Amino acid sequence: MQQLAFDTPLIFDLGQRGRANKYLPSAPPPDEFLPADMLRADLPLPDNTELDVNRHFTRLSQKTFAIDLGFYPLGSCTMKYNPRINDAMANLPALRNLHPFAPDELAQGALAIMWELERSLASLFGMAAFSLNPAAGAHAELTALLIAKAYFKKIGAAATRRTVIVPDTAHGTNPASAAMVGYRVVSLKSDSRGRVSVDEIKAAIGPDTAVCMMTNPNTLGLFEDHIKEIADAVHAAGGLMYYDGANANALMGNARPGDMGFDLMHLNLHKTFSIPHGGGGAGAGPVGVAEHLVPFLPTPVVRCNESAGAGGWEPSEGKTFGLDFDRPDAIGSMRSFWSNFAHMVRALAYVYANGFAGLTMVSKLAVLNANYIRASINDIIDTPYDENCRHEFVASAQALKRETGVRALDIGKALLDRGYHAPTVYFPLLVPECLMIEPTETESKETLDAFIADFRAIIATARIAPEAIMEAPVNTVVGRIDETRAARHPDLRWHPPTAAAAG
Amino acid sequence: MLDVIGAESLDALVAVPEAVALRGPVSVAPALAESEIAAAFERFAARTPGSTYTSFLGAGAYRHYTPPIVGALAMRGEFLTAYTPYQAEVSQGYLQAIYEWQTYIALLTGLDVANASVYDGATALAEGAIMAVNATGRKALLVSAAVHPNYRRVLRTYAEGLDLDVDEIRYAPDGTTDFANIEARLADQRYAAVIVQSPNFFGAVDAPAADVGSAMRATGTLVIGVVAEAMSLAALTPPGEWGADIAVGEAQSFGVAIAYGGPHVGFIATTASHLRRIPGRLVGRTVDKHGNPAYTLTLQAREQHIRREKATSNICTNQAHCALCATIYLAAMGATGLRDCAGHNLARTRELQARVYAVPGVAARFAAPVFNEFVVAVPGRAADVLARLRGSHILGGVDLGAFYPELADCILMTATELTTSAEIDALGIALAESIEHAATRV
Repeated sequence: MQQLAFDTPLIFDLGQRGRANKYLPSAPPPDEFLPADMLRADLPLPDNTELDVNRHFTRLSQKTFAIDLGFYPLGSCTMKYNPRINDAMANLPALRNLHPFAPDELAQGALAIMWELERSLASLFGMAAFSLNPAAGAHAELTALLIAKAYFKKIGAAATRRTVIVPDTAHGTNPASAAMVGYRVVSLKSDSRGRVSVDEIKAAIGPDTAVCMMTNPNTLGLFEDHIKEIADAVHAAGGLMYYDGANANALMGNARPGDMGFDLMHLNLHKTFSIPHGGGGAGAGPVGVAEHLVPFLPTPVVRCNESAGAGGWEPSEGKTFGLDFDRPDAIGSMRSFWSNFAHMVRALAYVYANGFAGLTMVSKLAVLNANYIRASINDIIDTPYDENCRHEFVASAQALKRETGVRALDIGKALLDRGYHAPTVYFPLLVPECLMIEPTETESKETLDAFIADFRAIIATARIAPEAIMEAPVNTVVGRIDETRAARHPDLRWHPPTAAAAG
Repeated sequence: MLDVIGAESLDALVAVPEAVALRGPVSVAPALAESEIAAAFERFAARTPGSTYTSFLGAGAYRHYTPPIVGALAMRGEFLTAYTPYQAEVSQGYLQAIYEWQTYIALLTGLDVANASVYDGATALAEGAIMAVNATGRKALLVSAAVHPNYRRVLRTYAEGLDLDVDEIRYAPDGTTDFANIEARLADQRYAAVIVQSPNFFGAVDAPAADVGSAMRATGTLVIGVVAEAMSLAALTPPGEWGADIAVGEAQSFGVAIAYGGPHVGFIATTASHLRRIPGRLVGRTVDKHGNPAYTLTLQAREQHIRREKATSNICTNQAHCALCATIYLAAMGATGLRDCAGHNLARTRELQARVYAVPGVAARFAAPVFNEFVVAVPGRAADVLARLRGSHILGGVDLGAFYPELADCILMTATELTTSAEIDALGIALAESIEHAATRV
């Protein structure tokens, strides 16, 4: 895709003193109010006219790929369309300007939004309750493992329950989160069908097992069809089952982690519930738990004064709500304030836009779109687990690399030239030269067909002129990056010119 | 499409084994058309009058003027709907913006490097504390009781996971941290870091004096400076200059919506010597294969997707979009705008102090100089006084009794550049009435 190659010097090289915008009246200097030894000597930031600021960031936006510009076949990331009604609702002044220390009686609408969302999620995923506290997926994993640790402490088993079982298809955050609660990680190999084998897991579990972290469908896009037996085995050994919700878009409305035997789970609302990724955050990662783990949820929890909510969502009209901090078994709190509330607004707007039938259709169409791409390219590239997949599938460029030298990375870069984001590459680790493709439900058949045609053209080119693919991208504002130099000579900020150089 | 796939039906494609089939009724919010969704949320908004009250709330979330240019630029679809910039060739714009954010945070904190942001102020503190634990090999932390109570609660929650001890330093009668016996407490070299917030939760400027800092460093203990009100960095001596090894904090004040507590944006900055212990994403400037300047995510060998359980942290996301808002805000305000803003905060706060201290029965609780918030003692319970102020549509501040039982008669009040003289006067009148009312009832 041709991007406009505007020159964009750093904002620090643009500005000059005396170009300040008049956003505020002039104020007396700080030294009228505080002794000089409490004050900074200088504030070395540029002043820029609003026009220069506007043009600078508008130009930067033009050098940034986004869903609004094109298709992301990005496995494990669920880059679906972000409806703008969600943002409009989050920006309603009453919600946008509400202070977290506003008393409950003046925040009833905000609390009702949180409660309606929490009740909907609990019912949709078969959990007793959700905490809306965690800020992202990895943050949610940490929260859930702290809940597990508190639970084992409560039942007097903290000293023995020290290991977490993680399949080799797991996200890298799983073992990193386990390490943050002091758990030892036991890695589990997948079987030839790309699943966790019941025998393998039975051999791995024991009296030291605290938690088994899985995702279903797994990162190969395959449904773990023995999940019930696995859960039963882990439970029989006294362990807990954790569901990584990164792939929830594959089964939402059609199956529930709670019914599969999971005790803990998280959702990435920024994936499944259409919240814009914003270039890498903010996200939101609610944690769901089964009944016996509810007391350990982080505070605050939204309490409804008129309903236990056990049956899932109910209208909030006529009910009253409060933030409950008085929960003696709670693990504590995971963040400064209650939730990434603006994202709770967006997620509830998305639930309202779909309802149960719509959410069920979301996951069905996500699976349909993934299989359509898979079945349309599996004659020209290896798909190692070639069966009907769920919301995503993996392809391997290993044979192509052997024949032509073209790697998965090169295919990804060639897709950039044609106006697509690259697929996830080199993950999961167990598939060599892996390309992981997840189209999501919001893309039309026409978009998928165009992508398939471009993908096929890239593979065809790779076979006759591989160097053309290995050169890619050529239509972007920069070519391939010198990553080694970036890491060896870290340049992580601009420095003010020295007094001498500045003259 | 089903024919291409060779599937009988959509339902067949998504079928799961009978043992795990969906059981029981599911109840989620009902499907509505978009116009109905808008109406439903207008009703939620109508049930949320808190944001229309005259407010003196702060305590880690601040009401500041945000020029409309911030929202106009940040809400561009290219920024809003971009993925994490792993594909650097098509993400140069966002990467450059984050590089600029890192520069702004380094300049404002007076430290060498800053990361691409973390979840919020409290998690920034927890992650900064883990950096100190890894740097020193020590398993205990010493935190001032004048650090934001929510931040301390999050620190303790994280510490439970890593089996770290967290001890506290009490606050002195003037509202600053009591460093009187600090040398003795650090003598056994048990603590990885001393954690101090300035301005602290009571609003007091609380940077440790030079000799206190030297005493800490002599024991090999790192100093973590917490900044919950980033606007203070426009005026006060920054953490890097008063001796902090690591600065952590919250940048919500820079153009990020309060939004009932999130998303906000945390920052971590440190000295060059601790660069490789910093958690989360970092953007670096390098060149492309043609030698042209280019930006990329770098030093990823620290991160979870490479190092798995040996990573510096499990953190994966940053708060890119909030950091972008802050970067645009800082660019638009410039040094001149920020200095003016800090000046107004100082001035309005002193006007507010003078007005409430003039109310009979109300007094300053602490004497230390403050930035834009302060603690007032009222007759009786603060909670009762605040409840009566709500009758005049005023949110008078935060009841400190909720966090410090000994301060149940104290209110934390905040004024910013948006606080008007009329609002201050209305509070003064309502406060006097509230206290008179209580006195006549007794």
